[in-house]
Amino acid sequence: MAVAPRESDATAAEKPRAPTQQSAPLVQAVAISKHFGEGETRVDALREVSIDVNPGEVVALLGPSGSGKTTLLNVIGCILDPSAGSLSLDGELVIENGRWLRGNLRQLRLEKIGFIFQFHNLIPFLDATDNVALVRQLAGADAAASRARAIELLDYLEVGHRRASMPAKLSGGEAQRVAIARALANRPRIILADEPTAALDSKRASIVMDLLRKVALEQQAAIIAVTHDDKIFDRFDRIYNLRDGRLDAVEAMPGIGGRRTGL
Amino acid sequence: MGGRGDTREAIARIAGVEAAGSLTYQTVEAEHAGRKLRLYVIGFEPTRPGGPPDLVAGRHIARSHYEMVADQASGLTLGARLRLGRSDFTVVGLTRNQVASGGDPATFITLLDAQKLQFDLAPPAARVQIARGGGGASRDTINAVVARLQSGTAPDTVAEAVRRWKHLSAITQDGQESILTQSLVDRARRQIGLFTSLLLIVSAVIIALIIYTMTMEKLKQIATLKLIGAPDRTIIGMIVQQALALGLIGFTIGATLIFNIKDYFPRRVVLEPDNVLALAGIVLVVCLLSSGLGVRAALKVDPATALGG
Ligand SMILES: Nc1ncnc2c1ncn2[C@@H]1O[C@H](COP(=O)(O)OP(=O)(O)O)[C@@H](O)[C@H]1O
Ligand SMILES: [Mg+2]
Repeated sequence: MAVAPRESDATAAEKPRAPTQQSAPLVQAVAISKHFGEGETRVDALREVSIDVNPGEVVALLGPSGSGKTTLLNVIGCILDPSAGSLSLDGELVIENGRWLRGNLRQLRLEKIGFIFQFHNLIPFLDATDNVALVRQLAGADAAASRARAIELLDYLEVGHRRASMPAKLSGGEAQRVAIARALANRPRIILADEPTAALDSKRASIVMDLLRKVALEQQAAIIAVTHDDKIFDRFDRIYNLRDGRLDAVEAMPGIGGRRTGL
Repeated sequence: MGGRGDTREAIARIAGVEAAGSLTYQTVEAEHAGRKLRLYVIGFEPTRPGGPPDLVAGRHIARSHYEMVADQASGLTLGARLRLGRSDFTVVGLTRNQVASGGDPATFITLLDAQKLQFDLAPPAARVQIARGGGGASRDTINAVVARLQSGTAPDTVAEAVRRWKHLSAITQDGQESILTQSLVDRARRQIGLFTSLLLIVSAVIIALIIYTMTMEKLKQIATLKLIGAPDRTIIGMIVQQALALGLIGFTIGATLIFNIKDYFPRRVVLEPDNVLALAGIVLVVCLLSSGLGVRAALKVDPATALGG
């Protein structure tokens, strides 16, 4: 397996990285399988699924209920053990032949992955700034620097004016933007989103997709979203269709200039 | 207990005793200003030991009848008139901090008045018998004799002499104090301690349930924190903080309440700073223990539940 060297030091959120022509994939999942249970009750949730996502790409996982989307997102998100397969994230091999190479998965997630949820899942007793700053602090930054970074990110996502608001006072779109800011707090280059627009109307959904696109391009991040939302299908570079745990088809969406990738 | 007036003379004759005085004790209920008062009435001989200590107002009893020295805790003021039994008493002096072991404020009247009061308040049948002078009963009943010793006399020696020669029980000042603390106060303390422990257990269960419910309501956020990568100690810290905040609020409300109403309590309540500190410590421990249930629930949360509906 090709393991790319780490990108040079993490650059500031606002400074776009120079788009790299032939960069190594940020997410490289190879032949991931996952089954639950054994014998009679065995369910094969994933069967040898492989996907590559490059810096700057926004891709979707699509498929009927029970097809394995959540399971795949959980394995890539380092919260579920696969039964077999390998995974590298941002140049680091983290799963080899179904075994984790790192002991502390929480630390791994904190460093490498930003999560965005269907509902914003913000901490209700912290204001917008503290919700974002908390994640920086968990990664070891001091309080003042964390807050400064949080304010920077809230401005970047155009919710700076709501920085002192409690989550309950934010509209759905604002809360989701705060949640995206939180996902970006530790400058992860991999962002996993679970139905990020399902709770929003089409106008707000479109704004959120624009922001995700902007993050992907400017941070050279890889964004993987599980979605059912056909209003936003044309906003992805690629759509991975899952069926019964197998990768059924990969559609490259023409409008955005996505790269066509073979299976 | 149950001695006669001549017991005092017998004790006064013992070597080393400078003076002795007879005393009676009785708890009496009286009405004053529309309020029911429970008083611990001490009858004493005004020229002998056993009377009220230093007064904070007024004067000592000067007449042999119908004057009274009362403790401030009773709420009585100088000049107040109070009916006890069939007689009206006038408050001529006030003491401070003179309460019986049960917490009732002490009042002092003359021995003669006290014996008449005892007779007045006795059940009718007993009264008839006493009036007839039969059955060994008499109006000249006393409950105790206090003795003041000549300087240089060992209290224990005199007490021993009283026990041996007069067949009475004798208690020194030290002994009295230890009996008070060990028996009366101790029994009260055990009763109160039992109540306190029950209340603490009940409140611990309530706090634990509140923390548990609050944790269950936040499972999604806890799962989110775990998913993002927060270590368990951060999550435990948040839950414990919440428990302590609850405890602090409860303690503040409770302490404020106690300090504001304790003087309106029918009995004297002594609250030492130490007790308050100890209570704070107990509240702290109760909160920490009760947050255990919430912490357990939080640690079991699967981070994957943050994703998906
Ligand atoms: N923890 C689990 N235990 C047993 N079976 C599971 C578990 N999680 C998912 N599955 C099964 O795996 C299959 C894929 O589930 P999932 O990834 O949630 O599908 P999707 O997200 O596409 O609806 C389903 O058949 C589901 O029942
Ligand atoms: Mg799902």
